[in-house]
Amino acid sequence: MKRHLLSIDDLTPDDIAMLFATAAEMHDVQHRQVKKLPALRGRTVINLFFEDSTRTRSSFEIAGKWLSADTINITGKGSSASKGESLRDTVLTIAAMGVDALVMRHGASGAAHQVSQWVDAAVVNAGDGTHEHPSQALLDAYTLQRRLGSLEGRHVVLVGDLTHSRVFRSNVACLTLLGAEVTVVAPPTLMPSGVAGWAAAAGFATSYDLDEVLPRADAVMMLRVQRERMSGGFFPSAREYTIGYGLTRERLAVLGPDVPICHPGPMNRGLEIAADAADAAQSAVLEQVSAGVAVRMSILYHLLAGDES
Amino acid sequence: MSEQQPAQPVQPVLIRGASLLGESTADLLLVDGRIAEVRTTPGSAGEAGAVPDGTRVVDADGLVALPGLVDLHTHLREPGREDAETIATGSAAAAAGGYAAVLAMANTSPVTDTAEAAERVHDLGRAAGLVDVVPVGAVTRGLGGEELAELGLMHRSRAGVRVFSDDGRCVADARVMRRALEYVRAFGGVVSQHAQDPDLAGPSACCHEGELSGRLGLPGWPGIAEEVIVARDVMLARHTGSRVHVAHASTAGTVEVLRWAKAQGIAVTAEVTPHHLLLTTDLLATESGGYDPTYKVNPPLRPAEDVEALRDALADGTIDAVATDHAPHARHDKEHAFVDAAFGMLGLETALPVVATVMVSTGRMGWTDVARVMSTRPAQIAGIGGPDGHGSALEVGAPAHLLLVDPAGTHVVDRDTSVSRSRNNPWHGRTLDASVRATFHLGVPTVLDGALVRPGS
Repeated sequence: MKRHLLSIDDLTPDDIAMLFATAAEMHDVQHRQVKKLPALRGRTVINLFFEDSTRTRSSFEIAGKWLSADTINITGKGSSASKGESLRDTVLTIAAMGVDALVMRHGASGAAHQVSQWVDAAVVNAGDGTHEHPSQALLDAYTLQRRLGSLEGRHVVLVGDLTHSRVFRSNVACLTLLGAEVTVVAPPTLMPSGVAGWAAAAGFATSYDLDEVLPRADAVMMLRVQRERMSGGFFPSAREYTIGYGLTRERLAVLGPDVPICHPGPMNRGLEIAADAADAAQSAVLEQVSAGVAVRMSILYHLLAGDES
Repeated sequence: MSEQQPAQPVQPVLIRGASLLGESTADLLLVDGRIAEVRTTPGSAGEAGAVPDGTRVVDADGLVALPGLVDLHTHLREPGREDAETIATGSAAAAAGGYAAVLAMANTSPVTDTAEAAERVHDLGRAAGLVDVVPVGAVTRGLGGEELAELGLMHRSRAGVRVFSDDGRCVADARVMRRALEYVRAFGGVVSQHAQDPDLAGPSACCHEGELSGRLGLPGWPGIAEEVIVARDVMLARHTGSRVHVAHASTAGTVEVLRWAKAQGIAVTAEVTPHHLLLTTDLLATESGGYDPTYKVNPPLRPAEDVEALRDALADGTIDAVATDHAPHARHDKEHAFVDAAFGMLGLETALPVVATVMVSTGRMGWTDVARVMSTRPAQIAGIGGPDGHGSALEVGAPAHLLLVDPAGTHVVDRDTSVSRSRNNPWHGRTLDASVRATFHLGVPTVLDGALVRPGS
């Protein structure tokens, strides 16, 4: 594995297999009464979150703690630019305290990439703007593998606000790397610019028609749609979005009973996903959360414990 | 505009054996700020001793003489951000790049939107004494886009402002733009438009909208946001009968609109920056380093197809001028996440080498064309040209604004040798053809042997 985890592009299929094998071991630890492993004792992991996050931050925090790392959360809303300090000064200050890993969330695309060029610590991208969220994609793929076995040749459908989704960008890279067939579905206004060329080069399909795609799905991943996008003119109304692109009760009936339904959360129930779908037996939403801790333990372990050899 | 007379007695200069515009070889004698003689039989004059006592002799063997360059688009940052550049350090960068005059954009702090502010820039330029610093006046008060600034008073001031621009921002309101175009006609002014429809490319837009911006998750700045404003403005120019100038044209679509407008006889001129003639948006891809704010500029770097169209347009005259958009920034203003970092890159010292590399070495243009697009046309557009102004032919009686270029001066750019106060140099480490060996401003050498000559030294 490379020294940082900034993007799914940093990983090979072998890296992912290794991460998942370790994650499976870590997953078992979660069911023990005493969950702490000594693997990262004496190491310091800083969760540097420039943007609000509950689930990702606490997931990384628990992962670090269960590996016995000293885990510290630093949160700062807004960009450092608005406070007058440069991003470089902010992270160099924190790194100077003696940090082994910097788990970073930032509202700007590329921020983790830039920071990795300035600090010696391992940098884990916990979400950069609308660019990538690699640990989310890894936990999604891990969850799907546990449900479906190998992802080779399986058809995964991603639906939602692709333009503004870092989960989409990391997932499409991760799933295609693992051999899945991927179709992304959104209205044209929520497709990223230049998606046709990108899809052709990266080997995924695009569609505006969820009902045409859904019967062929082996797994469905619903992405969050922010209501404020309506004021940006991306779509006319919540109702119209739900009827066109929501996982409604009617569409749930089209899916086979074994087709996993994923959502990275937080869910807008009634907008992109109906309560019936979110709570269906085939929903993988809570499994994703629990797998998240195991996968993040594995990421921290391989980035930090691996470097001692 | 400054009077084309030297402030104090000047040592005469004899430039020996220069190739005038890359064509005929001649000696040039500069006396009292003018070209006093052009001797087309090289070598004879000096030996005959027919030069004034104390003449400085500059050997120009193998060098091309061009009229001093004129930059329509420079940010000097003073007043307000003297940590990034001052009028003195920016003037030094200009002289080092072969410039004799620069137009200093109005987006300083405070904004150049009054006669007093314009005079201050003018006076600081005089004090620096390396190039003519010609202030650009804001179109609207405080660059607010709503009320006209005191355009007429800026023109009547000692600074004689003729070019007005809200550069950094677009004059987006069609009514305001129309009035500005009409109003400046009274004194032969021109509005230089930063064409960016704010609804199509808002303040966070920072990467050419296309596949790469989609992959990188960066807010897209689509070419259409420039093109709709250029299209609107040429129609406003036609309707009002006024003259409009398009700053930093960056797309093939803009070129098409300009070509059409010029064919209709509409009074439109346009400039292109050196960086839009060579650098492409691919530089932002992670394979190229990724999200490096050195390459963040407004308008953004575009794909190769646009670059190609801009080169064609410059060669065929659809685009009139090369202008640098020299935009110095303190290091800490670039060391932010890409979307938060400042827009802009240095350009004055590298403009001519870039044009030589892209247009001359490739055979698309000769040195006569370079003189046209970097000196004569920009001087005309700015209203500082003519036989007694900038950009005039290298003839007897003309003001002695000129430079000597080594067309074989291939060099690797090193940002740390810059005389600018800033280091946001996108050309660092690149090999460029040709180098500026000497610059003369009203007969006074400001650069000799490739090094700056400080005034009074």
